[in-house]
Amino acid sequence: MSVQIQSLTRRAPNASRKMLDGVSLTIEDGAFVALVGPSGAGKTTLLRTIAGLDGPYEGTVLVDGQVLAGRPMRERRIGFVFQNYALFRHMTVARNISFGLDVLPRGERPDRGAIAARVAELLELIQLPTLGGAYPDQLSGGQRQRVALARALATKPGLLLLDEPFGALDPIVRRQIRRWLRGLHDQLGLTTVLVTHDHDEALEVADRLVVMQNGRIVQEAAAETLDAAPATPFVMEFLGEALEFAGRVAHGRFLPDDPNVLSFAVSAGDGPATAYLRPHEARLVAAGGAARAIPLTGGQGGLRRLAVALGTREVEILVLPERLGQAGTEGLGLDIGRARLFRDGAPLAGAPPVASGQELPRVTVG
Amino acid sequence: MGGPSRRGNAVLVAATYLTVLAVLVLPVLLVMVEALRTGIAAAWRSLLDPDALSAIRLTLLVTLVATLVNTAGGIMAAWLVTKYRFRGRGVLVALIELPISVSPVIAGLVWLLLFGRQGWWGGWLDQHDIQIAFATPGILLATLFVTFPYVARTLMPFMEQQGREAEEAAFLLGAGFWRTLWRVTLPDARWALLSGILLTTARGIGEFGAVSVVSGHIPGLTETMPLHIETLYNGYQTVAAFTMAALLALIAMATVLLRSFLEHDFRKASS
Repeated sequence: MSVQIQSLTRRAPNASRKMLDGVSLTIEDGAFVALVGPSGAGKTTLLRTIAGLDGPYEGTVLVDGQVLAGRPMRERRIGFVFQNYALFRHMTVARNISFGLDVLPRGERPDRGAIAARVAELLELIQLPTLGGAYPDQLSGGQRQRVALARALATKPGLLLLDEPFGALDPIVRRQIRRWLRGLHDQLGLTTVLVTHDHDEALEVADRLVVMQNGRIVQEAAAETLDAAPATPFVMEFLGEALEFAGRVAHGRFLPDDPNVLSFAVSAGDGPATAYLRPHEARLVAAGGAARAIPLTGGQGGLRRLAVALGTREVEILVLPERLGQAGTEGLGLDIGRARLFRDGAPLAGAPPVASGQELPRVTVG
Repeated sequence: MGGPSRRGNAVLVAATYLTVLAVLVLPVLLVMVEALRTGIAAAWRSLLDPDALSAIRLTLLVTLVATLVNTAGGIMAAWLVTKYRFRGRGVLVALIELPISVSPVIAGLVWLLLFGRQGWWGGWLDQHDIQIAFATPGILLATLFVTFPYVARTLMPFMEQQGREAEEAAFLLGAGFWRTLWRVTLPDARWALLSGILLTTARGIGEFGAVSVVSGHIPGLTETMPLHIETLYNGYQTVAAFTMAALLALIAMATVLLRSFLEHDFRKASS
């Protein structure tokens, strides 16, 4: 099922603060979209609005081209999974799962045998075939999460909305469950919208990411695009650790304020600019500055962490272990040729996609 | 914990038990003893007196209706106050608790002021031959007022802790308001609800002050059990008075015991 949202605005009750501010978004049929952003960005509010929860809003929300407001829930074909599962404590797992079927009007309700069969099928799907008679408080967090999913899927929704569904799970279960969820999405041909504040999770499971901040959508793109061409410094920083270098563009080169950071070629107009890059994209070269490298303990993904003392501050970069110390530890320059450039919060067009500074003779360290 | 403080604890426990015994258990026991002073047969005969039977019947009827009405009202009030944030919510919470703090006599007087012969609507009611004051409807109104807070008050903390999510989940799964209330909210709150209902019942059966004001004390017509006890006692019918009192005490104790039993169960279930 597809979702079209146009200039959606929602205000906080009894306040003029906008929880959503002119949000427009199209989610195509079969997509797996993650809404990401810091808490208070409006992700959950957006998800709840799509589901038809909460009060009035301005703008339009269409699901499969139709306005949902006023239509009975069972016709909306939306499955919703809450952050804290919201299972019915006094019902067994089986009754929880069959709830959506049990409350159908008599004419549309499948008979008892059919409901039992559907429950058995879903229990099989969530890999808990023997737990139909258990109560929610007898289950682990991961099991509860899967029961909540089965309950949402019982009525065969086309659109699955998940509000921080993995928030309360431990990391191993989290990883397993999100892979399983992705498989389920593909297998059942669902359209899925996932809210999360964890960008790694979003990058792993979703096709597209919608980055939100202060009730607005900052950028909506595939994961690779987001990382290669973030729309704002916020997106860059939200998607992972980022190093920031102030400077200016003059005569087709970005000149960092810090003399120990190397300049690189850009095709942008002259003026102030700020460069951002990931710690693993920075490299130390044997000339061009007076920076010092200090190895740190720890690392990440096979890379080693290195503190680089620049003129006025220290930054941490990540390097391949075998390159550690190749350029020495003193009198180094920091190559940030792979940085994204921003001016006044917007990306500077024309920053070359390939690492520049190649024309300079140098010894790479990381 | 050291020896001295343990001894201190034991003393405290003993003192508490003694106080409970003296203040709560002894009076009830004395009532029983007084009731059975001339034998169980005499006590039994006193209960079969038409006026006594009428008082028991009236008490049960009024309590039943008041409990039913206040259960429905209490559920709605507790639900509204805990699940929604709206203007005047604090005032509503205070109002729900009002009958606990206001003297029951005042509650009775208010109804008299409204429906009594000299009251605001007394003339109109008289013309249309409707009896409220000094009749069963008046007694019912007084009991309703006095027992209103108990279901709401026992449900409120539980519903507060319940939150809205389960209800929202039910709504999203296609259940309407009533079905959500009936199948999700109330079954989950069933122990708190039962406890509130029992408390309402106990309070309704024993209500004296408010009912006394609006009843008019007409034996065989508008006397509830507590009122009848007073009439009997003032008429020196000691055995009959204490038998009725013993019956009342037994019913009240049964409900309270049942309630604490349920509460114990509920704590176990929720821990």
